[in-house]
Amino acid sequence: MIPHEHYVILSAILFSIGGIGFLVRRNVLINLMSIEIMLNAVNLALVAFNRARPEGHGGQMFAFFIIAAEAAEVAVGLAIVLALYRLKRSVRSDEADLLKN
Amino acid sequence: MNPIGLAYFYACAALAVFGAVTTIWARNPIRAAMGLLLMILSIAGLFLALHAQFLAVIQLIVYAGAIVVLFLFVIMLLGPSAVAPRDQRGLYTRIFGGGLFAISAASALFLVVRGGRLAALPNPGHDFGGIDAFGRVLFSDGIVPFELSSALLMIAVIGAVAVARGKQIDKTGTAANAITASPATSPTEQGEE
Repeated sequence: MIPHEHYVILSAILFSIGGIGFLVRRNVLINLMSIEIMLNAVNLALVAFNRARPEGHGGQMFAFFIIAAEAAEVAVGLAIVLALYRLKRSVRSDEADLLKN
Repeated sequence: MNPIGLAYFYACAALAVFGAVTTIWARNPIRAAMGLLLMILSIAGLFLALHAQFLAVIQLIVYAGAIVVLFLFVIMLLGPSAVAPRDQRGLYTRIFGGGLFAISAASALFLVVRGGRLAALPNPGHDFGGIDAFGRVLFSDGIVPFELSSALLMIAVIGAVAVARGKQIDKTGTAANAITASPATSPTEQGEE
């Protein structure tokens, strides 16, 4: 059986990759995908912790609700990307400066 | 330690990390979406190894079936402009931010690795993570968040339609253009209205 820290370490690595991608890239689509990577990493950690304590299904239930919330987030986020593109003809996140000044 | 299980874990882990790196590295968003798909499939495989069969299926249906396809639809709608032009402005600031995040993540990882070994994994019940046991918990303990998440999805669908429909956004866009536009272009836009 795989030790359960391996899953936690993999989850931390994936979370860091997602965070770095979110901070460094400026394409809004890739920023959204980086958020997906981070949430997937969190789901993996939750399921691994639940596997270590299999008396209940708390972690898996939490991961289930994260998946539901993320579906909502992606729908609204992609709608915002389309609206930004309609206004600015660009998908770069630093073009979204409508609230500047 | 079971060598087949270990090899399965490392294969899935390597594919997941490769997919994530492809996602944040790719210049073309289509390639990024394919990397995301690879990472999602490998994480579904890891869920199977963790006795979370129901979540693995949900992961396949919701992520690979819906979210990645939604990304591909938006990339298709945007066409060639989905690839943002290369720009070096603020590159050092961004790399500094990313590096700071990487350093803090590496130190947290060091703490996890250095921490004490956990006990061996207990043996789960035969229906742990299956749809039967999971559904019982979901509809007894988790009934309130379940209903709230359905309300959340409903609101998100309405909000996405309202934001993406764009009729009001077009009007405000033309209004903003009419205020700031040069006199040569504004009459044609008003003529189109």
